[in-house]
Amino acid sequence: MDKSIASLSEAISDISDGSVLMIGGFGGSGAPIELIHALIDRFVATGSPKNLTVVNNNAGNGKIGIAAMIDVGMVKKMICSFPRTSDPRAFTDKYLTGEIELELVPQGTLAERIRAAGAGTPAFYTPTSYGTELAEGKDVKEFEGRPYVMELWLKADFAIVKAEIGDTHGNLKYRLASRNFNPLMCMAAHQSIAQVGELKTAGDIDPEHVHTPGIFVDGVVEVADAKQEEAMIRAGEEYQATGAT
Amino acid sequence: MSIEKLSNAQIAWRAAQDIEDGAYVNLGIGFPEMVAKYQPEGREAIFHTENGVLGFGDAPAEGQEDWDLINAGKKPITLKPGAAFFHHADSFAMVRGGHLDVAILGAFQVAQNGDLANWRLGSKGVPAVGGAMDLVHGAKRVAVITEHVTKDGKPKLVEKCTFPLTGVGCITRVYTSLAVVDIEDGRFILREKLKSISMDDLQKHTGAPLHIDKECGDLVVPENGL
Repeated sequence: MDKSIASLSEAISDISDGSVLMIGGFGGSGAPIELIHALIDRFVATGSPKNLTVVNNNAGNGKIGIAAMIDVGMVKKMICSFPRTSDPRAFTDKYLTGEIELELVPQGTLAERIRAAGAGTPAFYTPTSYGTELAEGKDVKEFEGRPYVMELWLKADFAIVKAEIGDTHGNLKYRLASRNFNPLMCMAAHQSIAQVGELKTAGDIDPEHVHTPGIFVDGVVEVADAKQEEAMIRAGEEYQATGAT
Repeated sequence: MSIEKLSNAQIAWRAAQDIEDGAYVNLGIGFPEMVAKYQPEGREAIFHTENGVLGFGDAPAEGQEDWDLINAGKKPITLKPGAAFFHHADSFAMVRGGHLDVAILGAFQVAQNGDLANWRLGSKGVPAVGGAMDLVHGAKRVAVITEHVTKDGKPKLVEKCTFPLTGVGCITRVYTSLAVVDIEDGRFILREKLKSISMDDLQKHTGAPLHIDKECGDLVVPENGL
């Protein structure tokens, strides 16, 4: 078994028009910026993939990553908990003019919906959002005298995430707080691709240190010296098309 | 009319006095984060942040930031001995599974039945909820720290919230710039108030009846300059 992929462009080549795409990270921590930019490169060169539904905690910051995806017009809808950042212009402008849809999901519910999809659980009940506008139209049921709101699993066609170390079996280990949504998204997507800072041969990650078991991961591409999204934003960097497809 | 009131630091200090040694605590983004600064001597609380860290400490020195190590407000943090990382579903299992002892949040309005409004002021603009609706459920104690009235003098403790709700019947205690108020059986119970404000004046600044159960203590905090 060898899940390693030679290039970023190959890693994102299956992502098709109209896909539901989960993108890992919380803010810049765990955001697979090189995979995202490879996907934008493909869209800029070929016009595809377009009409994407993107799942992330946020909705893009600055002029890179998800914000750059929105700017070039390849995102139809965002599913997120907090579409507000230090520079949310890309999403805000398109949202206020009706050019992009938003499904707002409380953060814990978002995580659990993704986990539920990965675990094969179609629905669950949670106290979160009961009695609020975000529960309108949803089934409510009492358990032990308290009301709970029914939420559905959230599946995806693809997930792209970032990890510190991966191996040829797809086992992943994350750095610091960059784990966040990434293990869940790998579980929930039909095809999950990780960019890793270091790609090892199977057996070179201690099994006790694996955070995401390779069964949830379909492809691993090495990006040594990957950039950190927040650091790029603070440096004023912008997405630049490379011409690669 | 200007009335004497507590500074944000003093409100945060008062809330911190009620956090027990060994408590697992989530502090909302912004003003509630100040509570961490005023832990009483000899007590150690463990702080939880939604993006998957238990046991974080102060902000790093300038230039020492690692942007993979942030809190839910996307600010850089440091780790204390005994810290742990975990993914988002585990993080919110800690919240909704009843494992947190205390959550302290900000508020636009708190109603006498414990309803909280703290996530948006109306239907305009881009809505953003984050973890607010999750945090109000599950912690053993969910408290609010807030100014007693809005900038233009309107009560924030009200009969019924008029802003969009974050959660229903979820708040049990409110620390304000004038008083400490518990919520029990759909009523505001005044526990402490500043000595300098009369009962009548405090009631005028409050949007629902304040009840007294046996006695009301003085709200005493260290001088400003905390």
